[in-house]
Amino acid sequence: MWHRDSDRFRLFTRRALMLGAGKGVLLTGLAARMYYLQVLESDRYQTLADENRISHRLLPPPRGLVTDRFGAPLAVNRQNYHIMIVREQTPDVRRTLEILDQIIELGPDTIERVERDAARRRSFVPVTVRDNLTWDEVARVGVNAPDLPGLIIDAGRSRDYPEGPHLAHTLGYVAAVSEKELTGDPLLELPGFTIGKSGVEKVYDLALRGTAGTSQVEVNALGRVIRELEREEGDSGNTVVMTLDLELQRYTNQRLSDQESAAAVVMDIHNGEVLALSSHPAYDPNAFTNGISHKLWNSLVNNPYAPLSNKAVNGTYAPGSTFKMCVALAGLEAGIISPNQKFFCNGHLDLGNARFHCWKRGGHGWMNMHDSIKHSCDVYYYEISQKIGIDRIAAMANKLGLGEDTGIDLPNERSGLIPTKDWKEIQLGKRWQGGETLIASIGQGYVLATPLQLCTMTARLASGKAVRPHLTRDNVTPEGVTSRQAEEFPELQVSRANLARIRDAMNGVTNELRGTGHGARIAIKGMEMAGKSGTSQVRRITMRERQTTGVLDNNDLPWKYRDHALFVAFAPVDNPRYACSVVVEHGGGGSSVAGPIVRDLLLKAQELQSARQGISAADQPNSANLRRNPAHSDQDEG
Amino acid sequence: MAGSRFRIGEDPDYVPIGRRLLLLNWTLVLLIAALSGIGFAMLYSAANGSLQPWAERQMMRFAVGAALMIIIAVTDIRVWLKLAYFSYFVALILLVAVEIKGDIGMGAQRWINLGFFQLQPSELMKISLVLALARYFHGLTTEDVGRIPLLIPPILMVLAPSALVLRQPDLGTTLLLIAGGGVIFWLAGVRIWKFALVLGTALAAIPIGWQFLREYQKNRVLTFLNPENDPLGAGYHITQSKIALGSGGLFGKGFMLGSQSHLNFLPEKQTDFIFTMLGEEFGLVGGMALLGLYALVITYGYVIALRCQNQFGRLVAIGVTSTFFLYVFINIAMVMGLIPVVGVPLPLVSYGGTVMMTILVSFGLLMSVSIHRDIRISRQGNDDGRN
Repeated sequence: MWHRDSDRFRLFTRRALMLGAGKGVLLTGLAARMYYLQVLESDRYQTLADENRISHRLLPPPRGLVTDRFGAPLAVNRQNYHIMIVREQTPDVRRTLEILDQIIELGPDTIERVERDAARRRSFVPVTVRDNLTWDEVARVGVNAPDLPGLIIDAGRSRDYPEGPHLAHTLGYVAAVSEKELTGDPLLELPGFTIGKSGVEKVYDLALRGTAGTSQVEVNALGRVIRELEREEGDSGNTVVMTLDLELQRYTNQRLSDQESAAAVVMDIHNGEVLALSSHPAYDPNAFTNGISHKLWNSLVNNPYAPLSNKAVNGTYAPGSTFKMCVALAGLEAGIISPNQKFFCNGHLDLGNARFHCWKRGGHGWMNMHDSIKHSCDVYYYEISQKIGIDRIAAMANKLGLGEDTGIDLPNERSGLIPTKDWKEIQLGKRWQGGETLIASIGQGYVLATPLQLCTMTARLASGKAVRPHLTRDNVTPEGVTSRQAEEFPELQVSRANLARIRDAMNGVTNELRGTGHGARIAIKGMEMAGKSGTSQVRRITMRERQTTGVLDNNDLPWKYRDHALFVAFAPVDNPRYACSVVVEHGGGGSSVAGPIVRDLLLKAQELQSARQGISAADQPNSANLRRNPAHSDQDEG
Repeated sequence: MAGSRFRIGEDPDYVPIGRRLLLLNWTLVLLIAALSGIGFAMLYSAANGSLQPWAERQMMRFAVGAALMIIIAVTDIRVWLKLAYFSYFVALILLVAVEIKGDIGMGAQRWINLGFFQLQPSELMKISLVLALARYFHGLTTEDVGRIPLLIPPILMVLAPSALVLRQPDLGTTLLLIAGGGVIFWLAGVRIWKFALVLGTALAAIPIGWQFLREYQKNRVLTFLNPENDPLGAGYHITQSKIALGSGGLFGKGFMLGSQSHLNFLPEKQTDFIFTMLGEEFGLVGGMALLGLYALVITYGYVIALRCQNQFGRLVAIGVTSTFFLYVFINIAMVMGLIPVVGVPLPLVSYGGTVMMTILVSFGLLMSVSIHRDIRISRQGNDDGRN
């Protein structure tokens, strides 16, 4: 009856209360766990949650501009439009692309590729349909936007060289970062990011690159961007002001364009500023910006005139008779010859069993130092070089900047070669032969120099100072751009009187009757130039050839066996300001082919200078103002 | 005796229907509605501020379930006593039926498609088992409970459905069935040492049972034991859940502002991990408030049980309350990384029609116990107290 029920009710109540207490403990445990997670460990989980949802993205900085010495743009950034499609925003990718195909030409291959890419990626990831749209195409797509759901037109930046091939070798080009160039800087891993691959773009890449901005975006678990939380714009790259004078540069290119393959340098002898530096033929650096085609690349690489090579700094040539100033100066300085000491040239000189010929059959007769340069007599140098010795000649050549890097701010500069006895022992393991000194004294044999070195040599002869060439108006470092202090080059440690004698002899070459360069003289008073021609052989003239057909005329030889034509000069004679060197590969005679080019370049440089003298210094753009000027950082040509 | 106040016809305990509605625990109904309301709000947030696809359907289910709950509540407790075994056998047969021919869903055979309704026999079994066990122990005296032969039928009543559900395989429901059954045994007065014996045997059997677990179930246990082992695979859920809860802090990130939930780092946020979302958006304060509401409902269940004058009602009341507690505890402990992920939803809050039905039906029974608390029922199930 009830009492028995009350018995088990009591048991039930006891057990129920125990059970309830147990549940209370468990619920308290949950509460404690909640407190632990949400209060004690909250900061840690807050950080983890932010790491989950916040993604840091890099904003590539606009690349710095490159201008000529007067601020004319040489390398700028152009708006580059590309069209992208987002799969999830279009009902039918194929249909949309087909409509687009009727507006701007895509072709079936592109449609297929985009369709494949879009299917592979997440539905919200944009797939690039076409790059480099013209403004006209952008407008046409824009007008038809309602029919093209899911299409996005995006503006990026790409490098643009308004002068095209005119400055290809100096500026170089930019292109996508290759595997080897990755340094761990995440900026380099951004798709589409480009860095300098050659020329100034390469040398000053870090200064031009700028610093990346960052954008914090909120992403979901799939990586879709929900919104931008924070944005910090980067700093655009520094503007680099070149020493080049665009007008003179253009003229130089134009002057070289008649030749098959040539290089020229024009320099200010006072401060080493390179005003024009040209290597012909050139290429269009714009072709590299968005990836060069295989076909174009192959045609550049296989071109016998090596358009990719900057011959002004990478090309080495036997300097020929332009080397004679070195030998004469070495002799004068060593006191081995005196200016008026004469040697007899009968057309050749015999040394042991070998006969060394002068370029002039029958010889020049009695020659002193002045006449030997003026007429470019070879025998005179055969005679004096035996007395001077190769090592003294080499020391003078080094002093004038040959055989070592000029230190120009361009990549892959070659240092040429000035042989010494030791050099031959070490490099070739053979003793120096007396005949090799004779060959070297006329700038042949082992002697090699770049056009830039020859220009530097001329500038040093003209100024008496150890001029070093450079290409930027300011000091450009990865940290930034600072004004260049007016550079005072050290004296050459050569007697002024002897230098004056050499310069006078060079004056004789161009400005005295029967000088070898008389035909290429500047006849305008006050602008005259003093120079020296060089014609360097690239083949051996055999005794057999001399005896049978006579020395073959260049025009009868294949291009690659013809002589190199060289000419170096400075101007004005009285108060030198500019130095210039020109090398025409396999061009023939130095005074007839290279001389007129040098004449025109030096004349142009002086004309431009006097024309600009009318402009007051204040009106000239100050290079400092061009630096870090945001207005210049984006040149819209859209 | 209280029932004597309304004596109509033959039945001394008859309570008129209007009176029964008045006797209904409206406070409990209010608590249930509050919990469900929190669920609607969270589902609205989970859908980024939209009634579709979850909140609206959940509301409709709640409306249907609440009506069913009231109907069950006002039905005489003796009807449920009489139907106890019948419903158990129906549930058992249906479990066998899904075992033989069931729709494949989520890698587990759990549903019978009745055309208008996806019937989940395991859910039906959760209630039926409590009813059947309550009925069985209702018929035993304190002395009877001490006799081992008399304990064998109820043990089989627990093991049969548990084995079927485990085969489906549904580890969570199996645990709920065994634990829910155990609670009835406990309340009926089975000796503590017997529990200890069974528990010891069960622990010894773990290595054997391990082999019957499916690969994903094994992974869940292993992942629980070492979540860092596999942060992007099975451990991902728990890691992200803890990050979401922890980053919620004291007051949370605000309604619909939970970054983990809304950026989809949190998986299954509308079902098993809805507590995490609440914790992220309303912080410790919100989580504690919800836990407090659950504690109130459970306490209510105990009050009803202790005030009930018949053993069947008492057992049913604590039985369904305990099942409810187990849902709450397993789910919250799971999302906080205290126990392995077993796939138990948060009752009344998680999206899902079947669980909502099960819970509301069991609350209907609890209220029925409350309304008919003064009815005395003989051990044989007769409605008098004269034996």
